[in-house]
Amino acid sequence: MSDEVFDKPFVITEKPLSTEMAIQHVSNPKAGAVNLFVGTVREWTGDKQTQYLEYEAYDEMAEKMLQKIGNEIKEKWSEACVSIQHRIGRMDISDIAVIVAVSTPHRNESFEASRHGIERIKQMVPIWKKEFWTNGESWVGNQQETIAYPKGEPIDGGEANG
Amino acid sequence: MVKILFFAGLAEKIGEREMVIEEAGNWQIDQLTEWLQAQYPSAKSELAQSMVAINEEYAERTETLADHDIVAFIPPVSGG
Repeated sequence: MSDEVFDKPFVITEKPLSTEMAIQHVSNPKAGAVNLFVGTVREWTGDKQTQYLEYEAYDEMAEKMLQKIGNEIKEKWSEACVSIQHRIGRMDISDIAVIVAVSTPHRNESFEASRHGIERIKQMVPIWKKEFWTNGESWVGNQQETIAYPKGEPIDGGEANG
Repeated sequence: MVKILFFAGLAEKIGEREMVIEEAGNWQIDQLTEWLQAQYPSAKSELAQSMVAINEEYAERTETLADHDIVAFIPPVSGG
């Protein structure tokens, strides 16, 4: 699949995501490992059944934040190459919502850096998920809907939604 | 003149995705938040819990707006 939207290494798009393009962005001769985190639409959350999801984003800022996460990763793991895609709009069960691709010379750093990438996405990228359950619909806030941000910006080290 | 953006559940509560406030050009974010809370009491807690971005960068609530700024109220995010 070749689509020019995926020419950008950090992208928010309504199109089905491309693992192939994500790998292509990070592949280079110094890399000995490419780690892909692929987040998919889950049908069952406990005993609640999801029919489909809708994601909304503040597109321009969200892309900037993905880029910022890429920069953060490069600061911590200087030899890393990063590409992140996030899909928005309607998605069905098992569709890919997000891809974090990281290449590094050795495998350990690629696992750590891709983990860092997905955790930061969940903290700071302006994207919202609306669940359409079998018995209603709801916006997913932060996981317990208890976190305010007194300092304006989410802090590093929050918890994840899986 | 300042342009305000709302998203997700907050946009639904307020019933608008964007609006322009002519007189907000030198307000602090806090002041803008209080003004909106007075206009939209049903969205009071959502406005308080949101992060705020000025021109696509997260901002402190004490920051002062400038004319032509774009201010986004960002409810707790749930991407990934």
